[in-house]
Parts: sequence; C-alpha cells; structure tokens
Amino acid sequence: MKCFVEAAGVVAPGLAGWQKSRAILAGEVAYRFEEFAAPKLDVLPPVERRRTGLPAKLAITVGQDALLQSGRTVASLATVFASSDSDGELINEICKTLAGAERRISPTRFHNSVHNAAAGYWSIATGSHASSTSLCALDWSVAAGLVEAASQVAADREDVLLIAYDVPYPEPLLDARPVKYLFGAAFLLAHDRGGHSIAALEIKLKRGGEATRMHDPLLEELRRDNPAARALPLLAALANPPQGPIVIEYVAGNALEITATSC
Amino acid sequence: MVAALGSMRSGLAPCNFETARLDTWVGQIPDDHLLPVRADLAAFDCRNHRLAQLCLMQDGFENAVLSARERYGSDRIGVFLGTSTSGILQTELAYRRRDPCSGALPADFLYATTQNIYSLAWFVQAYFGLDGPAAVVSTACSSSAKVFGNAARMIAAGLCDAAVVGGVDSLCLTTLYGFGSLGLLSAAPCRPFDANRNGISIGEGAGFILLEKARQGIAPNTVALLGVGESSDAYHMSSPHPEGLGARLAMQRALRSAELPADAIHYINLHGTGTRSNDDTEGKAVSALFGDRVACSSTKGWTGHTLGACGAIEAIISALAIEHGFLPGSAHTEVVDASLALHYLTATSAIAADIVMSNAFGFGGTNCSLVLGRRNR
Repeated sequence: MKCFVEAAGVVAPGLAGWQKSRAILAGEVAYRFEEFAAPKLDVLPPVERRRTGLPAKLAITVGQDALLQSGRTVASLATVFASSDSDGELINEICKTLAGAERRISPTRFHNSVHNAAAGYWSIATGSHASSTSLCALDWSVAAGLVEAASQVAADREDVLLIAYDVPYPEPLLDARPVKYLFGAAFLLAHDRGGHSIAALEIKLKRGGEATRMHDPLLEELRRDNPAARALPLLAALANPPQGPIVIEYVAGNALEITATSC
Repeated sequence: MVAALGSMRSGLAPCNFETARLDTWVGQIPDDHLLPVRADLAAFDCRNHRLAQLCLMQDGFENAVLSARERYGSDRIGVFLGTSTSGILQTELAYRRRDPCSGALPADFLYATTQNIYSLAWFVQAYFGLDGPAAVVSTACSSSAKVFGNAARMIAAGLCDAAVVGGVDSLCLTTLYGFGSLGLLSAAPCRPFDANRNGISIGEGAGFILLEKARQGIAPNTVALLGVGESSDAYHMSSPHPEGLGARLAMQRALRSAELPADAIHYINLHGTGTRSNDDTEGKAVSALFGDRVACSSTKGWTGHTLGACGAIEAIISALAIEHGFLPGSAHTEVVDASLALHYLTATSAIAADIVMSNAFGFGGTNCSLVLGRRNR
C-alpha cells in the first residue's frame, strides 16, 4: 500500500510536539526524559473538558499537533484511533467499586470507559461528522492502525488521520500490564502528494521480521514500554529518512515493512 | 433464530446474573451452555471467549472457515471483530481476590488473553490457525457493524481474500451497573419504539460471518454486503444527536456506498434500543430519509441489547430475513409510538425482501449502517 504523510504529531515524556521533537528523533539533539504536563485543551467546551480523562486529552493533543503542521481543517477528515487499551485508571476505579459492597459507578466514568471515548471527544472538539474507528491489537495496535488507515486511503481514496495513544497503568493492573510512560503519535495520511507532504510511504505486509529499534537507549526503553511508542521508528524515519525500510511488528507473527522517502 | 422470530419467542428474562442485584431483564446465555474453551487455548478462557466458541461451533461455521483456509491460505484470511467490554468480567472477578496485604491481583489473572480488547480476535485466529491481518474494533454499540467496513477495505486493498467478521459481548457487572447509573435500564422487557418504552434490556450474544471477495462458484443467491456507511455525531458522549444527524449521515453514506437510492431498501433493522432518546432520534432520521414507506423494526426485544455484538447479530438477522423471506417483528412492542411517522412492524410477517439496511449506533456518537442484499434478482 502506498500513501503520503502530510503531517506527523508526537506527545510523550521529553517529546512535546513534532516541531520540538524533530531534531531529537532525527538523532541531532540528545533525548532527555521530561514529565508530560496534561494540556489545557481549549478546543473542548468547558463541561466536556472537565469530563475528559487522560487518554482522550492525549489523543486530542497529539492529533492537533499533526493538524497544526498540515494547515488543514478537520471537518471532513476521517480518523482512526489505535490504542492497546483505553483507560487503565478508569478500569481500576470501576473494578474496585464493583468488588465492594456499594456498586455505584459514576455515569461519566462509565461512558468514558468505552474504547472510543477519545474518538467521541475528538468529534465533539472538532465538530467532525466524518467516519471514525477505534481499534485495538494489543502490542501491535500502531501497526493495526497503520494498516487500517492506509487501506482506507487506498480503498476509499480518502485522507485519514491516524492517532495512536496509550497511557500508563495503575497498580494493581500494572503488574499484569506493565505500561509506565505515556505516548501519543499521529500521522495524517493522504492519497495524493500535496504541498505539505513530508514523505511517501510504501507499506508491505510480511511474515516474521524483527522490529527496528531506536539508537538512543532511553527512546528504546520508551518504545518497548508503551504500545503506542512502537511508532517511534516511523517518526524517526520521517524526521530523517533512513537507508532502507523500517520494521514494525504486527499481529500473528507478521510485520510491516515501511519504506519512507522524503518529498 | 428463524423459528424464534417466527413464533415471537423472546429470550429475555428477569436478571439473575452473577451477583447483580438490579431490577431489570436480560438476555442471558445459561451458564451451563458456556463450556470452557478448547484445552490448547486455555489461556483465553473467560465468559466472552466461551460465548465466542459456542457461536463458532454453530451452523457449520467452523467448516466454512476451514475450507476458506484451504482455498486462500491461513495468511489471506483476516479477522475483524467487535466487542465493547471483551473479557472485563474476568478482571471484575480478579479484583475480588486481591491480596489483602499487597492489593495484588491473583497470579492466574491473564490480562492480555482475557481482558484486553484484542484478545477476541487473537482467540479466533488461534481457534482456526489463521495468521492474516486482524484487529478488534471497539466503538461501543456500533463495533461489530463497523468491522464489515474494515474487512471490505482490507479485501479491496488486496491484503486478504476473505475475513471472519463479527462481534461478541457477554454480560458483566460493568455494563449492568454502568447502564443502571445512567438510568437507562428498563424494569420490564425492553419495548423498542413503543409509546411507553422506558429503557434497554442488556443481552449477551455473538455473531460471526465469513465474508469473501466475489468469485466464481459462490451461489448467485448468496446475500452480499452491498454498502457500509459510517459517521460521527459530534454531539455528546452518551446521548444521540437530537435530530439524528449522525444516524442520517450513516444511512446516506451506506446508500451511496451501495450505489442505491433510498427506495431500493425493502426493510430496515433499526438500532432501536428502547430508550426514549435513541428511538426518537433514529425514528426522525429514518423518517427524514425514507418517509413512512419502508418497513422497519428493532429486534432487541428478542435478544436484548447485545452492545458490541448487536451489529453482527442484526446483520445476520437481516440476512436470514432475505434468505427465508420474512420481515421480523418487534417483541414486546405493544403500542407503536405514533409521534414517529414510520412503517413499524410489531409482528413477524412472511414478506420477501431482497435489499435491507441494518443500523448500529453507539456511545461517543459513533454510527454505522450496512446494506445487505441480493442485487441481481
């Protein structure tokens, strides 16, 4: 499958947006770990802003970061949200409550617990009625999101914004699902080459194949920790196109071999 | 299913699930039907996958998938499934067994193969020995309608030749108490589109469909996926757009995708959950597009609202209606809401339909409409 990357976004500890992170991802500036400060999200109405959890805040922030680079309006832009699990904090709260004597769940917590909560808040924030999907493929969610977004670009000749995000898990779930850091990445994939295009992508599905690692040991730790951070090699390839393809692991022992060529 | 629809036999009963103490009705699969999953897949064992397995064993589905695997190869069959809560019941139960000192979850709690949303597709891939593209869509109650779109795009893009699509959702305390907290559970069996409707009945269920690319040798009467339409409400997390804007857009896009005009549709299987607002807004949207010309009904009075599974289950009901020449009525609906100008069916009738639409809408304002039918008759 072929498509063009019109913009990319990234939000993670020490990676505060594509513009600030580009040189780090390109290997020109050293990566430093810095805590992520939850953004204000002026794009949401105040009532909705108070209700949103961290996953939706992260997803909207990183999606907006990509849009900022593209100069696009979002009204008609289809979206694909990829996350290995939406909100561990909420699941923890709900399961604790249900294990107790008083099984009173807050209505807001309940509707925020759906996997597509981020997509719902995104559409409220942007006023977009475009089609949107929210999918999961455990540690291969980024790859599944790329396959889905690229197939939409190919089959529907549509431009698609892919938003991949995962947030840390709290105790006691952390033992069963060890995700310690937060990570969000976004890619605006287009059918045609445009004035903003940064790279052409060719995505091939193949059997087996070892994932491309990050040179920087801290970034590599981040890549291994958070399922959404499996996008790091692709972000790095967009910041500084490598010789040859990069590999991201996909479901059932498959891998995506992605060749990025600068535009 | 066809016999139950014909004889107006509903599967709803007063809620007696696990330790839930709620004044509501549910569509529950008896616990003794939900046998442990196959021994080689024991890591996946949980209520959701037991229900998935029970469904995979029905109607010759296993053989159909295995012969497709022979025909295309294990890596050329995709698995695209929907669920809203996956095996969360397993986590709910594990939280009751937390270590009293450390708070740790029991060692036998397996997150990745039970609770995680993807575990459903992983289980089905492992069940059939498939290793092609896969994902689980989790967009609340539209999940397993939307997977038809994923599969159709993957087949169109050449990544696979066939796909197992469907959805599974099983009863759990999160959804029972969650919908209870929103005041959406009816104390009586749900009555979709009834003037006195007052909420949903939650059901559990599974539905699987083998979708294949068009090829020589497929019987000409086989029901085909003709179109998929998806949209977002951009309105509210748990209330539908008051005028049904998102619902209307999804239906319009499904018609456009099928390259059919509105008057080509013979029957609409409505989302019809039985809440005041869902049926009101969906009714307005259907009426705006189709007037009162097209026969329509919700089948949730039989099954309850099976959440992430309802898209697949209702697509199957729609296909059965086409194959067997009937239009399903609406169990428990007594007095149709006259404020909605619809041709709403309360009783199942022996009327043939060739092209039908099936609607599924969910929390977060996510909407999907499918068009299924026999085009060349």
